[in-house]
Amino acid sequence: MRRIGVFVCWCGTNIAGTVDIEAVVEAAKKMPGVVYTGEYKYMCSEIGQSMIRDTIKKEQLDRLVIASCSPRMHEATFRRTAAAAGLNPYLVEIANIREHCSWVHKEKEKATTKAIALIRAAVAKAAYNRELVAGEIPVEQRALVIGAGIAGIQAALDIADAGFEVDLVERTPSIGGRMAQLDKTFPTLDCSACILTPKMVDVASHPHINLYTYSEVEKVEGYVGNFDVTIRKKARSIDMSRCTGCGVCLEKCPIKVDSEFNEGLIKRKAIYIPFPQAVPNVPVIDRTSCRWFKKGKCAVCKKVCPADAVDYEQADELLEKKYGGIVLTTGFDTLKLDEFGEFGYGKHPDIITSLEFERLINASGPTGGKLVRLSNQEIPQNIVFIHCVGSRDKARGKPYCSKICCMYTAKHAILLKEKYPHSQTYIFYIDVRTGGKEFEEFHRRAVEEYGAVYFRGIVGKVFPEGDKLLVQGVDSLSSRTIEIEADMVVLAAAMQARDDAAEVARMLGIGVDTHHFFVEAHPKLRPVETHSAGIYLAGACQGPKDIPETVAQAGAAAAKAIVLLSKKTLIADPCVSEVNEEICTGCLACIQVCPYKAITEKTLDQKVHGRVVQRLLAQVNEALCQGCGSCTAACRPGAINLKSFSNDQILAEVDAVCL
Amino acid sequence: MKVSTEQLRSYILKDIAVISGENVVECYQCGKCTAACPVSKAMDILPHQVVRFLQLGMLDEVMESNTIWICASCFTCAGRCPRDVDVANIMEALRVILLRKRGVSRLKTEDVRLVFSEGMPEQGVVSAFRKFAR
Amino acid sequence: MRFSYYPGCTLKTTATELERSALKAAKALGIELVEQKEWQCCGAVFPLVRDEIAAFLSSIRSLAAARDAGEKLVTICAACHHVIKRTNHLIKTDTEVREKVNGYLQLETSYLGEGSVIHYLEMLRDELGFDELAQKIKQPLTGRKIAAYYGCLLLRPAAIMAFDNAENPRIIEDFLFALGATAVYYPYRTECCGVYLSLNNTQIATDMVEKIVSSAFSYGAEALVDACPLCHYNLLELQKKTPQGKPLLPVYYFTELLEEALGLKEQTAVRKDRK
Ligand SMILES: Cc1cc2nc3c(=O)[nH]c(=O)nc-3n(C[C@H](O)[C@H](O)[C@H](O)COP(=O)(O)OP(=O)(O)OC[C@H]3O[C@@H](n4cnc5c(N)ncnc54)[C@H](O)[C@@H]3O)c2cc1C
Ligand code: SF4
Ligand code: SF4
Repeated sequence: MRRIGVFVCWCGTNIAGTVDIEAVVEAAKKMPGVVYTGEYKYMCSEIGQSMIRDTIKKEQLDRLVIASCSPRMHEATFRRTAAAAGLNPYLVEIANIREHCSWVHKEKEKATTKAIALIRAAVAKAAYNRELVAGEIPVEQRALVIGAGIAGIQAALDIADAGFEVDLVERTPSIGGRMAQLDKTFPTLDCSACILTPKMVDVASHPHINLYTYSEVEKVEGYVGNFDVTIRKKARSIDMSRCTGCGVCLEKCPIKVDSEFNEGLIKRKAIYIPFPQAVPNVPVIDRTSCRWFKKGKCAVCKKVCPADAVDYEQADELLEKKYGGIVLTTGFDTLKLDEFGEFGYGKHPDIITSLEFERLINASGPTGGKLVRLSNQEIPQNIVFIHCVGSRDKARGKPYCSKICCMYTAKHAILLKEKYPHSQTYIFYIDVRTGGKEFEEFHRRAVEEYGAVYFRGIVGKVFPEGDKLLVQGVDSLSSRTIEIEADMVVLAAAMQARDDAAEVARMLGIGVDTHHFFVEAHPKLRPVETHSAGIYLAGACQGPKDIPETVAQAGAAAAKAIVLLSKKTLIADPCVSEVNEEICTGCLACIQVCPYKAITEKTLDQKVHGRVVQRLLAQVNEALCQGCGSCTAACRPGAINLKSFSNDQILAEVDAVCL
Repeated sequence: MKVSTEQLRSYILKDIAVISGENVVECYQCGKCTAACPVSKAMDILPHQVVRFLQLGMLDEVMESNTIWICASCFTCAGRCPRDVDVANIMEALRVILLRKRGVSRLKTEDVRLVFSEGMPEQGVVSAFRKFAR
Repeated sequence: MRFSYYPGCTLKTTATELERSALKAAKALGIELVEQKEWQCCGAVFPLVRDEIAAFLSSIRSLAAARDAGEKLVTICAACHHVIKRTNHLIKTDTEVREKVNGYLQLETSYLGEGSVIHYLEMLRDELGFDELAQKIKQPLTGRKIAAYYGCLLLRPAAIMAFDNAENPRIIEDFLFALGATAVYYPYRTECCGVYLSLNNTQIATDMVEKIVSSAFSYGAEALVDACPLCHYNLLELQKKTPQGKPLLPVYYFTELLEEALGLKEQTAVRKDRK
């Protein structure tokens, strides 16, 4: 006979408020195999745990049932408690009488009945629990960081500084991300390039960082500690070891296309360096526009290159590497404004986005930092800014708040006034959100010292009238409709996830929310982890955020990765599948359903009536199995079982509830 | 102005919600409807204020306004509202409630005789009667 | 190409020019528009409230009749199109309305929104094709600068009307292009003309029309083109009431230009006396 102990937790009033603890204890006492029943206000507290430890010894308990909160909350805690008292941790069973019972019910009587049923099921299951021993898996002591904006740069530097090797993969020809496009940054107005460029150089020169620009991750397999990753290094068409960065090729190339870095405001060549401070400072040939690749003639760059670095024959390279952990930092895009015809974006050159504004006012931008109306190259006098273009808009845009636009618009107002004291800014807003250190003060400065005029209301329509733009809006505080003759209109377009975010998530086996931002494991308590062990998140790929937050998150993700890499081995979860070779018919239905490719076939030599025959069987790779249980449902003879969730155990639970 | 709980929970507010199919609580008062409205200048209260007064249960303010009779049902506001609130539907519900209750027509046959004879299309006359009379 | 055709009251009374030119052009294009036998007034406005079932009945009868004929239903008047299209959408998406309407009508086969209604312009764009149309033009309107006026009813609500991008439409400009004309873009082409406010709030409507017309004029238009009898009336008549007192621009139904470009008519008089 088992010696099962049941411990019922009050969780303060969380459980005790809705469940009659005394009645539960009385009922538990009568359950088969139960030799001890106790209760306490907070079972997870030190007093609660020591009560469990003492009782295990005193009553010689061989199974525990803790009736408390969700196992996601405290299963690990109580397993440790059991282990401390010498009991195998997998002999602990949790009855979730909080999330599954007290929190979702109101009537005490019914909730009590349900709590008893849940405990009865747990007791029945516990009777079948077996001692399990966790194995160990080795950890590859190298990290992969995907995306080299400020988040990726910071995470890579932190991990590398801790002494681990980091591979930093960036899709575009240079690292830097969006921050490299910005002019000055709120709330301190330090120049973006001045604080970013040194970090970019650090990345390039760090002995532990391998930089793969113009590269993409193509395949990710494996599991925490042992990810197998394929990286595609796209052909740059330049021999990086030869190129001296002299730039002659850039001058001579005859082909011009829109510069992505400058938001299409000016052209770049087909062979190009995205911006002067690019890292690496080596050109790349954009084969989709290069005349040599399209028409087979030209080759001007090859002819003029003094270092003979141009290489048209270069092919994509596939690298296969192993990593212990991955940090995902792929950043954000801004919303395309096709759906917002009333703002006239794309119909008139003086209606621009905030990101274009950043480029126009940036000293290294297309106009050398002179803010001009693109229609006539004159300096604008009246500039209208519109908040929330596509943000907080469930009809045509994104329902969420993009979080940074209030602040960067205030920044734009200040920068403008500093540069052009005669200019006047008008800002249409719905709410001004300045939650952040020094943020509200910054916004008030824009109003009080820099004369920005804020209207509480939004703009209905913008259209050209003569050589001006007529802006029709509203100020709801005065209940007046507003018309402004503007020289320039700047639209704060919503931040959104990268177009391919969902694909990237699928490749890595992590989740995305409805807007394709990557999902963290817990919004409060595990903000930089994902549900896949060993994969971490930082920056705007997880949700809209500014640079301070991005950097903080990158540091946190790096710390998590460092904790992982600093272990030589990891404890594997022993709750994995096992095949009962006696029963397995070798149909291999399980292989089809396993999402982790953890099941393979094997042959077994078996003596049947003195003859040796070969039998086909399924076998589980315990390191790959994630314990999802799909195979157990697919297996017709019931030969494959998940340890700790075997068919016997589940049926015992069902019986206990139903019979 | 005093706001009472009864006022917030009045039946007529529920009627307006049912008849218009719109939930005024979804509005966050950005004013886009007003900014978009081509006839807001002639209104005594602006479209976003109509929604605001309904949020607060201040019915008299909207029922006595000229706004609901000036609204042209052009749907510009509805197409641009970031919260998917169809103000045109709300305006119509308010008109309908008044017309049904009072049975008072805002438009008489004699009002239209002249324009009709001047060539105003049937479509215009019929729409006007559908909107302003019962 | 054959369609069921719903004319509506206005086309039979004040806007006869619209119907006449539309039918003549269709014939020349080899499109057969078969007028429905028993159509009734659509009601002119789509009821925006949820509890006026009776107003849907005539639209449903016409939609069901077109379905029974196995044809799409073609409209010309923007108001009729608006009402029938929205009614069709409602009956497709709202079970309660669907049940009530069918319960009342007792059609041989219940109508569940399976039919489809298209506007004449959509017919030209999607059924015939503007490229095909361009091929058939005999007297291209070369050099004529014409401003499209869309109004409200064809475009909005965008998701239901599904006519074109409501903020940045192009169908009429594409149509003008097919006729060989030059389309003039101006900011007010989708603004409201004041609808029936011209009846009892004439000043408001006049202001709206003035904005539309003067904007089109300032962008170099020589004429306006529209697809709605009420817009047409307002644009024409209210222009006379603006401060300068006389019309700035002539206004045509799109079908009149079509008729002309197909060589079915003498050239429509276009004011040549502007600078
Ligand atoms: C107009 C504007 C003004 C702003 N001003 C300020 C300001 O003043 N102060 C402030 O604090 N913040 C500001 N921000 C916010 C700031 O830009 C972001 O907080 C910051 O850039 C986020 O960094 P990130 O590294 O997460 O993303 P990103 O900068 O987007 O970097 C992501 C990187 O990942 C790469 N990448 C994407 N997908 C892949 C892939 N599949 N494989 C490999 N690489 C990939 C991208 O090419 C990019 O280099 C502003 C934003 C905007 C739009
Ligand atoms: S546009 Fe919509 S959300 Fe904004 S004030 Fe009007 S009804 Fe409210
Ligand atoms: S529907 Fe009415 S309230 Fe809305 S924009 Fe048109 S006229 Fe204004």
